[in-house]
Amino acid sequence: MTDVDSATQAISADYPQAAQRLSGSQLIIRLLERQGITTISGVPGGAALPLYDSLAGSSIKHVLARHEQGAGFICQGMARVTGEAQVCFASSGPGASNLITAVADARLDSVPLIAITGQVPQAMIGTDAFQEIDTFGLMLPITKHNWLVRSAEELLEVIPQAFSIALSGRPGPVSIDVPKDVQNQIIEVTDWPEPGKAIAAPAFEPEEVDAMLAKIREAHRPVLMIGGGIMYSGATEQLREFAEQLAIPAVQTFMGLGLMPHDHPLSLGMLGMHGARFTNYILEECDLLIGLGVRFDDRATGKVEAFCPKAEIIHVDIDRSEMGKIKKPVLGICADVGEVLTLANQKLESVTRPLWQQRVDQLKAAHPLVLDGEDDLFRPYGAIKAVADILDDSANISTDVGQHQMWVAQAYPFNRPRQWVSSGGLGTMGFGMPAAIGMALAQPERKSVCFSGDGSIMMNIQELATAAEENLDVKIIILNNGHLGLVRQQQTLFYEENLNAVKYHQRTDFVLAAQAMGVKGVDLAKSESPLEDLRTALLEHGPCVINLPICETEMVYPMVAPGGANCDMIGGEA
Amino acid sequence: MQTTPTQSVLRLTVKNHPGVMSHVCGLFTRRSYNLEGIMVRPIRESGGETSRMWLLVNEEDKLEQIISQTQKLVDVIDVEQHAVAGSVFEETDGFFAE
Repeated sequence: MTDVDSATQAISADYPQAAQRLSGSQLIIRLLERQGITTISGVPGGAALPLYDSLAGSSIKHVLARHEQGAGFICQGMARVTGEAQVCFASSGPGASNLITAVADARLDSVPLIAITGQVPQAMIGTDAFQEIDTFGLMLPITKHNWLVRSAEELLEVIPQAFSIALSGRPGPVSIDVPKDVQNQIIEVTDWPEPGKAIAAPAFEPEEVDAMLAKIREAHRPVLMIGGGIMYSGATEQLREFAEQLAIPAVQTFMGLGLMPHDHPLSLGMLGMHGARFTNYILEECDLLIGLGVRFDDRATGKVEAFCPKAEIIHVDIDRSEMGKIKKPVLGICADVGEVLTLANQKLESVTRPLWQQRVDQLKAAHPLVLDGEDDLFRPYGAIKAVADILDDSANISTDVGQHQMWVAQAYPFNRPRQWVSSGGLGTMGFGMPAAIGMALAQPERKSVCFSGDGSIMMNIQELATAAEENLDVKIIILNNGHLGLVRQQQTLFYEENLNAVKYHQRTDFVLAAQAMGVKGVDLAKSESPLEDLRTALLEHGPCVINLPICETEMVYPMVAPGGANCDMIGGEA
Repeated sequence: MQTTPTQSVLRLTVKNHPGVMSHVCGLFTRRSYNLEGIMVRPIRESGGETSRMWLLVNEEDKLEQIISQTQKLVDVIDVEQHAVAGSVFEETDGFFAE
């Protein structure tokens, strides 16, 4: 193995043109600095020791997570609110395998995450060495691209390319596995590569936009389906102008919440499994669905054959393989949705649609989203409303996964893109709190609020210690029903109330758990003026866990049965 | 060679370095596409830079989707659709008898 210390001395003389002798690990840190990385979450270990040795002298701040999955979701939280690629570190073996869930989650929600893992030295690969695992093989199906780096020289190419791939087109995670001998290998570096950045989106023809506008002109009952692609494109303003000029109401996918202000007259809220009745009914009647930055996820479409049965489909997305994957469009434009909308806005003639608007209003009035118990703090919608009333739009909101997540998606007034941070595609319990830590690290000026459940919070509760260590303005509101609520709901509705393995007979005292990790805990169940205590807890600075008991019989309504058609909703009648 | 009308052949030009086979095969596994044959060699004139990968695919309905997913792989330079007739699979058919 080569001598690292001599390289450490060489690095101190940092002349731009002079050849520098650097180790692979020093090279990685320098390349990350050049990419503008300021914070990395991670957990060190044997095969990542050189990496952490080099990180010590860097301007990059390291946040020590308590579990690699926590590190991965902290990284995601930073990436989701900024739109920038973010980096997390782990060691080999269990370090890498613990990252897997966070990487897979980033893949399904198109989050630019760069996972850098240590690996056993190349000479030991394949020998079942201590903490050896096939990280390359494990990361392969859940990343946009991944590498096992075989020499320090390769890093000069791989690191910028990793950023470029993570950010280009449809964003997504990449993984770089670096054997320990590559981290220790000394090379001479004279020329530094340009930092990797997003390459231009695929080109499209102006005629495609003309064709889209012509289709919209012919339509009588058009609806926009707007998704995460618009957020990633930074095209919220263009979208709003497009919708308003053409008077087209918009349903938002789960990933698209916040693209239209919740009280915008053209906003139809979230569609799909837990969409409002009127939202899904309007889609039954629409004759042209314009999908913008969406992938027709099954939770959004319900039974595909029954989705928008009367509509032709126009699909604009940056990922060509999404065209026709689920729904065959009459017109598909593979391009950056912002570029398409910008051109469309120059070309379109504004219209009004009094008849369609009237019908939409009628359906809205007849089948509104019913927020049962919204005035009661100890009922789900009431709790969410109370929190929203105390906060303003500057707060970033994350959730875990389950009933609380759907209640928040339905009822929280999201008014800007990237305000809403939640695990959509993979649906990972344990996502919310570490993601909120990442949100607070990236945007310390904003409140970072996580809605969780007593099931989800237990899946990464160790990161409370990380929040305390960093003294972050993170608020965790646990809607506590002592159950895995969404599973309980499905067993109730679809398995004849055969409730099994959904009740926690041993309840956790989350206030004590929080205090044990240096975080303030507030139990609203024991409070004499719960609303006041909630306000104080949310508005003061610093991490805080707020326990808010709710009843386990609360349901998320409406609900479309998995595999069912969106028009067949259970519950939620006005 | 016994062929079925649903079969087709894809000709991939890929970067020749470790892992590229895994990326292509991994994609087929992950998305559960049927892969019935595979033949890979470096492209002679490329000096080891690129490889040619021939795939025998039995997925009529998903073929377009397979091609666009394969094109997204970073190490895949080019994808072309070819007929089974006259392909490397027909030529080497004799090697796959009892």
